[in-house]
Amino acid sequence: MGENSITLTIDGREVTGGKGQTILEIALANGISIPYLCYHPKVSKTGACRLCIVRVNGTMLKTSCTEPAGDGMTIVTDDEEIAAIRRGLLELLLAEGDHNCLYCDANGACELQALCFMYGVEPSGADFPKHRRDVDYVTSAGLKRNENRCVLCGRCVKACAEVQLMNVWNFTGRGSHAHLTSDMNDAIGESSCVQCGTCVQMCPTGALTFQEVLGRGQAWELEKESSICIYCGVGCKIDFYKNKEGKLVKALGNDDGPNRGHLCVKGRFGFDFVQGDKRITKPLIRKNGKLEESSWEEALGLVASKLSDIKAKSGPDSIMAFSSAKCTNEENYLMQKFMRAVIGTNNVDHCARL
Amino acid sequence: MTNSIREIPLTEAFLVIGSNTTDNHPVIGSMIKNEVINKGKKLVVVDPRRIDLAKYADVFLQILPGTNIAILNGLMHVILKENLQDKDYIANRCEGFDDVAKTLEKYTPEYVAGICGLKNPDDIVKAARILAKATPMAAYYCMGITQFKSGVNGVKSVANLQMMLGNIGVAGGGVNPLRGQSNVQGACDMGALNAVYPAYQPIASEDNKKKFMEAWKVAFDLSMKPGLTIVESLNGAIAGDVKALYVLGENPVMSDPNQHHVIEALEKLDFLVVQDIVLTETAQYAHVVLPGCAFLEKEGTVSNTERRVQLMHKVVDPIGDVRDDWWIITQIANRMGASWSYAKAEEIFEEVRKVTPSYAGITYARLEKELIQWPCPTEEHPGTQFLHKDRFSRGLGLFTAIDYTPPAEEVDPEYPLVLTTGRILEHFHTGTMSRNSRILAEIVNEAYVEMNPIEASNYNVKDGELVSVSTRRGSIRLKVKVSSLPKQNVVFIPFHFYEACANKLTIDALDPTCKIPEFKVCACKVEKISA
Repeated sequence: MGENSITLTIDGREVTGGKGQTILEIALANGISIPYLCYHPKVSKTGACRLCIVRVNGTMLKTSCTEPAGDGMTIVTDDEEIAAIRRGLLELLLAEGDHNCLYCDANGACELQALCFMYGVEPSGADFPKHRRDVDYVTSAGLKRNENRCVLCGRCVKACAEVQLMNVWNFTGRGSHAHLTSDMNDAIGESSCVQCGTCVQMCPTGALTFQEVLGRGQAWELEKESSICIYCGVGCKIDFYKNKEGKLVKALGNDDGPNRGHLCVKGRFGFDFVQGDKRITKPLIRKNGKLEESSWEEALGLVASKLSDIKAKSGPDSIMAFSSAKCTNEENYLMQKFMRAVIGTNNVDHCARL
Repeated sequence: MTNSIREIPLTEAFLVIGSNTTDNHPVIGSMIKNEVINKGKKLVVVDPRRIDLAKYADVFLQILPGTNIAILNGLMHVILKENLQDKDYIANRCEGFDDVAKTLEKYTPEYVAGICGLKNPDDIVKAARILAKATPMAAYYCMGITQFKSGVNGVKSVANLQMMLGNIGVAGGGVNPLRGQSNVQGACDMGALNAVYPAYQPIASEDNKKKFMEAWKVAFDLSMKPGLTIVESLNGAIAGDVKALYVLGENPVMSDPNQHHVIEALEKLDFLVVQDIVLTETAQYAHVVLPGCAFLEKEGTVSNTERRVQLMHKVVDPIGDVRDDWWIITQIANRMGASWSYAKAEEIFEEVRKVTPSYAGITYARLEKELIQWPCPTEEHPGTQFLHKDRFSRGLGLFTAIDYTPPAEEVDPEYPLVLTTGRILEHFHTGTMSRNSRILAEIVNEAYVEMNPIEASNYNVKDGELVSVSTRRGSIRLKVKVSSLPKQNVVFIPFHFYEACANKLTIDALDPTCKIPEFKVCACKVEKISA
C-alpha cells in the first residue's frame, strides 16, 4: 500500500482510497452508492443539496461529496436519522417546484424522481411559497429551460464554467427567490450560449432539456449505441439514442472518448440528416440529360463497363478517384486498393490537402 | 498530432496559430480554455481574426493572412537573441540548426511587424518570452497554417520552433495539427494519397511494389508513377488527360478552390461517378450517383487527430436502398475482374492490419475496451501516446531554414482587400450534413461576409446589407456581418453556403510540395449593392 493510500470503513466494509479523495468518491469507486443531486464527477464540488450526508465516526453528519476521507474513518451511509433528513430535503425540493413527471421530458431519466421513489417521498400537500420562474421553450434552437423543475444544484453553472467555459449560467436572487439566469437575465437564445448541451446532459432533472431533433420516445423505450462524431477530427465518442420506430432521438457525449463526455453543437444536434428527406435512397443514372432512379445491378454494371472501356482506351492514368475523409478506414483502404490493384493507377487522393 | 488530447492538462503554455479552435474543434478549444482560465496556463494566439481564444490570450498577434512564416521566424529570432533556446536538445537531438539561425538573423521584431501588419513589435518579444519560458509548450494549428502556397513551409516553421525549445517528444508539448474531418487522419493512414500505400509506404519503391502485389494477389506490375492530386486531376480533366472521375463522399464543386474551374473540369469528363448520401452540388454533374450509407448506418473504424483509432457502431438501419460504401466498391471491383469477398468491415480491417505496420496490433476486440493510438505494431503493444520520444522517427530532428514568401495574390488598387475563408461553429464544410440538420440550420442558414467596423464604414455598409464580393475568378452576393473579428483590410467568408459559394472566389495557387491550394488568402473587392 502506498503512502498516499488511506483505509476506511464504509457500512462495515473496509475500503481503500487516495489521500485528498472525498468520502463520496471513495464510496462510489468501491461500488457503494450514496444519493446525491449536486455532485457530478466532471465538475468541482458544490455541497449544496445535502443529500449525500453520511455519519462520520458514529457522531457527526457530513456531506460526503465535500468531506475529505481520512485514514481509519468509520462511515455509515444510511440510518434512520439520515433517511429522515433525506426525506425532508426531498419533500422540500418537491414542494418548491412543479415536479409533475407526467409531462416532463426527463421522466424515467430523472435523478430527483429516482430518489423520491427510493425514499417513498410524495408532495406534502402543505402550502409552500411558490414563485413563478422562467419557462423558455422557444428562444433557443437546441435547449429548453423550465425552472419550475430546477433544484438549484448548480451542475449547469459548473458545466458551463468548467467544461464548456462559456459561463452562461449563474444563480441570481436569494432564498426562495433564488433561480437560474443566463448571462444578464437574457433569454437562452439571446445569451452567449453556444448550445453544446453539456448543461442539459448533466442536469439531474427536467429543468434543462433538449429541443426535439427528430423522433421522440420515453427514456425507458430508447435504445442506445455508441459511434464517433462525423464532423471534425477530435473524434468525440457519442451515445446515440433511437426510439421504438428506429428514429434517432438524441446524442449524449460518451465518457470513454477523447471528449470525455463533452460535445459541441454539431455533435449534439447535427445527426438528423441521416434520416432526413434529402437522402438519396436509390442509384441514379443520367438518361437524356436527367438523373433517373435505377437498380443497383444496372448502376454497378454501367460504372464497371464505363471504367473498363476508358481504361482500355485511354489507359489507367486517365481515371481518378477522390476518396473520403468522411468514410471509414476500411472504405478508404478499399478505394485505394481498387485504384491501384484493379484500375492500375496511383490517381487517388482525398481532401487532406484541401 | 504528435501528442494527445489528454495531455492538455500537462501543457504550461499554448501557441494557437491559424486555428479558430473554439469554432472548429470546440471540445479541444474548451479544454484549452479550461487550462488558461481556470488554471492560469499561458496562451499566445496568432490569427488574422480576433477569435474567441484571443480574449483569453496573454498575447494576441493579429497578423495579416499569409504571414505565418514571418511571425514564426520573428518569434524564433527573439528566442535566439535572448538565448532562450534549448541548447542540449538542439545539439543532441537535431540537425541543421546553424542554417536556421543564420536565416533568422534578419527577422527582427520591427521587420516582422512590418510584414505581418502588427502595430507593436514588442508584442512579438513578449510572446516569444512566454513561449520559451513555459515548459512544456504545445503548438496547436489548423488550416490557418496549411492552406497557403507556403503551407509545407508553415508546418516546418512550427516544427523549427518546437525543436528549438525542446518541446517535441515530451508529454504536454508537441506539434499538434487539428485535423478537420472525422477520418482525414485515417484516409491518409490508409494510403488514399497519390504517392503512398497504407502507412505512408512510398509507391516508388520496388520492395513496396512487390509486397503489395503479393498481398493483393495482383498479376500485373503495380504502378510506381505518382498519381495526381485533387487539383491536378481537375486540371488534367480540362486538358483532356483525365477522362473519368470516381468521387466518394466529397463535394469538390463546393470545397475546391476556384469553383468555375472545377465545374469546367467536371463538364469535360467522359464519365463522373459520385457516391454520396445526398445529391450534392457535385452529384448534379454525375453520370451515375450511388447512394452510400451515412455514418450512423455503418460499422468501421476511424482515426482521430491524435492518431486514436476508434470503432463506429451501426446505430440505425440504412434508409431506403442505400448500401455500405465498402460493398459498393467491392461490387465494382469484382465486375472489373477482381474477386474480393469481404462480408463485413472487420474482414477488411484484418487485411489492413497485415499491410499497415502502424495498425498491425489493433483489432476490433481491443478497440471495444482499449484506447489505442498508432503506431501499434503488435497485439501486445499499448499504442503510442506521443511521437518522437527520445529520438525522432527519422533519427535526428531536421531543422529547415525557411524564408517568408508573400502569397500568390496580393492586394492592389483594383482588389484592395484580403479575403480569407473558413468554417463556423454551427456548420461543417460544404453543408451536406450540417445544413440538412434542422437545429444547426435554424441557428445559422445564410452566407455572410465578416467586415471590420472600420472597413464597413469605409464602404458605407451596415450590418445585414447586401454586397458583392469579387475576385479575379468570380463574384458572389451576400450579406455583411459587421464584426470585430477580422483585422482591418481583411474580410472573412465561411464556405458552407452554396447560395454564395466562397470557393467561387478563392485562388487555386498550390503549394509546390504538397499541392494544397491557397484558400486562406487572395485579393478581393467589396461593392455595396444599392437596393
